[in-house]
Amino acid sequence: MTAEANVELIGGYPEYMRESIEKVAATRPQRLKDGPLAAMSAAAREQLLRECHPDYKADKKRDVRVGPAAGERMPHEVVDLLEAYPAIDPKQIDLSSPDFDVSVLIIGGGGAASVAALFAREAGVPAAEILMVTKLRHGDCNSIMAQGGIQAADRENDSPAVHYLDVLGGGHYTNNPELVRALVLDGPKMIEWHEQLGVLYDKVGGDYLEAHGGGTSRKRMHSAKDYTGMELMRVLRDEARNLEIPVLEFAPAVELLLDKEGSAAGAVLMNLETEEYIVVRARATVLATGGFGRLHIQGFPTTNHYGATADGLVLAYRVGARLIDMDSVQYHPTGVAYPAAILGQLATEKLRNQGAEPVNADGRAFVYPLEPRDVEAAAIIKECYGNDRGVTTPSGIRGVWLDTPMIDEVHGRGTLKKRLAAMWMMWHRHDIDITVDPVLVFPTLHYQNGGVEIDAAARTGIPGLFACGEVAGGVHGKNRLMGNSLLDYNVFGRRAGLSAAEWSTSHRPGQLSLRHADAYAKGLKKAGIERTRRAPMILPDYRREAVRARRIEVR
Amino acid sequence: MADPKMTRIYIMGKAYDVPTGVTIMDAMEYAGYRFIRGAGCRSGFCGACGTVYRKAGEYRLEFALACQEMVQPGMQLAQLPFTPAPRAAYALGELNPDENVLLQYYPEIARCVACNTCTKSCPQDIEVMDYIQAALRGDLARVAELSFDCIQCGLCAMRCPADIKHYHVAQMARRLHGVSGSPIPAHLAARRAEIDSGAYDREIDELTALDHDALRARYAARQIEKDSEEERL
Repeated sequence: MTAEANVELIGGYPEYMRESIEKVAATRPQRLKDGPLAAMSAAAREQLLRECHPDYKADKKRDVRVGPAAGERMPHEVVDLLEAYPAIDPKQIDLSSPDFDVSVLIIGGGGAASVAALFAREAGVPAAEILMVTKLRHGDCNSIMAQGGIQAADRENDSPAVHYLDVLGGGHYTNNPELVRALVLDGPKMIEWHEQLGVLYDKVGGDYLEAHGGGTSRKRMHSAKDYTGMELMRVLRDEARNLEIPVLEFAPAVELLLDKEGSAAGAVLMNLETEEYIVVRARATVLATGGFGRLHIQGFPTTNHYGATADGLVLAYRVGARLIDMDSVQYHPTGVAYPAAILGQLATEKLRNQGAEPVNADGRAFVYPLEPRDVEAAAIIKECYGNDRGVTTPSGIRGVWLDTPMIDEVHGRGTLKKRLAAMWMMWHRHDIDITVDPVLVFPTLHYQNGGVEIDAAARTGIPGLFACGEVAGGVHGKNRLMGNSLLDYNVFGRRAGLSAAEWSTSHRPGQLSLRHADAYAKGLKKAGIERTRRAPMILPDYRREAVRARRIEVR
Repeated sequence: MADPKMTRIYIMGKAYDVPTGVTIMDAMEYAGYRFIRGAGCRSGFCGACGTVYRKAGEYRLEFALACQEMVQPGMQLAQLPFTPAPRAAYALGELNPDENVLLQYYPEIARCVACNTCTKSCPQDIEVMDYIQAALRGDLARVAELSFDCIQCGLCAMRCPADIKHYHVAQMARRLHGVSGSPIPAHLAARRAEIDSGAYDREIDELTALDHDALRARYAARQIEKDSEEERL
C-alpha cells in the first residue's frame, strides 16, 4: 500500500514503467492502422474461460449445507454468509406494534428501488403508503457508479430479437429466456420514460450517440458522458423527492418478516446510528438491495459501493427463496491496477467502446477489445500470469495497458475529455493524463450475475416478496453484458413496483412472525455449524487489524 | 527522523500517522474509523464523502472527496457528510421552462454576490458560480452543460454566503432542459410502438424455441455492425 510513496514519478508513473509506456506509444500508429484483433471463436472463448477465469477455480467454492440451495456450489464468501446465524434474536423483537405500517415496503436505495417506488406510485399507491428503506443514503449504490451506458434496441438496423440473441450468447445460454425477453422488449419504453423525466442522454444532431459494448452486435449503448448511472440515479431520486415518497436512510433490513400463512409481511430494520430495531409491516415487500462486491470474492478488489454486502441474498434465503447462478461472478476486465490509491475502481468499458485497446508490456495487442466481460477478463489474467507479459506496479500488482490515447486518435482531439469526463478526472487527480499516456488495468470484482430467482413479474417464490436489480438472478445468466444492468434495474424495478402495488391492493398481512429465523438457526445447528458468524454483514470492516485487536468493548 | 512511509494527519484535530500515498478515506480506516456516514460509492460518484481540510501552514480551506484525495503531511481534516439544504418540490410536466422558472423556485439565486466561493469549493472542478449566473439569466442549456458533472455533495451550498442551494438549482435546470431542450428521437417512439403492437413477439418466440445448438449457430452467425465514419466526428 505504501510502496509507491518514495518512487519518483514522471507524468504520474514511476520511471521504470515509462519504458513500457514508450513501447505502447511506439506501436500505436501501426495498431491504429491495423485495427483491433478479430473476436475469438466460441470454442476459443470457452477454452480461455476454463483456463483462466476465476469462476473455474474449484477450490474457491463449496457446497451450501442448509436452506433451499443445500448442495449447490457457491463462492466461500457467499456460503459463509448463508451459513451464518441471524443478526437478531427473534425473542428480543416486539412485533406487536409495528413502527411503520405501509402498503409497499421497498428495501434498498439504489436504481432498482427508486424505479420500483416510482412505479408503485404510478400504479396508484399513495406516496405515504410507500416506504423506501436503505442502508446508507438514497442513491448510495452501484447504479450511480455505472459509467458506460444502457442498452436498448431502438435503431433501424437493430431489433429486440437481435438484442435477445446478444444477451443469451453473452450469458452462455444460461439466462432465463422469459426474463431476457422482458429485458429487451421493455428497453425502448424505459429510455422513453427517462426522456420524459428529463434524463440528458448524449445526442448528436438530435439523435442518440449509440456505441457498441462488449458482446453486442449492434450499437445500442445510450450514454450520458461517462456519468450515465449518475445522471439516471440523480433524476430518479429527484423525481422520488418531488413525489414525496418517504425514505428511511441508514436503516438496513436485518430480517424479513412473514405472516402465519408464509407471505412476506415487511421487515425488521436496524437504525445504524442508534442501533435500535425498527419493525415495518407491509402488504408487499420489494427486495432491491443490490449485489455482493464488498465480499471481495477470491480476494479481488471491487468497483462496488460500500454497502454491497449481499444482505438481500441472506434475507431472501432465510425465508426460503431460491437463489440461482450463484456460482458465477462478474470480474470487470478493466479495474484500476495503478495507482494503488484507487486500486480496483472502474475503468469503464466505454474506454474500449470508444477505441482504447488492451496491450501488453511490449505494446502488443493480445485480445479483441470488446469480448464479453468474462472472456476479456480471462484474456487479461492470462496475459499477466500465463504469458507473463504484464507490467508489475510498485505494490506488486500486475496489469496490462489500456491504450486510452487511441480514443482521440480515432475520434479527434477533445473527444476523450468530453465523452469520458469522469475517467479523465479520476486519473488527473493522480497526475496521469490519459489522453497522453495509457492506463494500467486488471480485472476487478464487479457484479453479482446470479441472485434471487424471479419471474417476469419480478415475483420470487415467496408470496408478496418481489425482487429486482442486482439482487435478482436469471436475467444475465452466468455473464452480464455492459449496459444491461442499468436496463435490468429499470425494467425489473418497474415490474416489481407494479406487481407489488397490485399485490398490495388485495392482500393484508396476518400476524407477523420471525419463526423462519428460528427455524433457520435450528437448521444451521443441526448441520453442525458453529455460532461464530452472524449475517447480514451490513458493512465491511476496513479498520486496520492492529486497531481492531486493541479495541475495548464497554457495555 | 520521520518515517517517509508514514504521513501525519489530523482527523478533527487529533494526530494519526497513516501510510503515505493513500486516500483520506483509506487513511481514516487505517486510523481505526469505521464509517457509517461519510462513505458511499468509494469511487467519486456519490458525493457522500465531502471533506474539508487545511494543509500545514496554509490559510486556505480546501475541499475534496475523501475517496479520491490523497493524504498530505500536516493535513487537518473534517468530514461534512450531510448538507441541510432544502429543495423545492416541483411537477416537471407543469413547469413552463421560461427564463424565470428557476428564480421562481429558488429566489435566493438573485442574492449571488459573485464571490466564486462555490466554484472554489467544488471537488469536481465545476464552474459553479458561472452556472448560477446562467440560472439567473434563465439559460437552462448552459446550466445543464456546466453542471453536468455535479455529484451533489453539497459543499457549494455549505459555503455560500447567499445560502444558495446550487446543486438543487442545477438538478431542476438539467431536467427541465432535458424535457424542453431536445425532442425525443422519432425512431425511439416508433420502436416502442412496434413492440407494443407485438411486432417482435414471434421472432423472439422462435428464438426461445430453438435448441441449444441451433441457438449457438444463430449467435455465431450474427453480423457485427462496423464503425462508420459519422462516428468519427
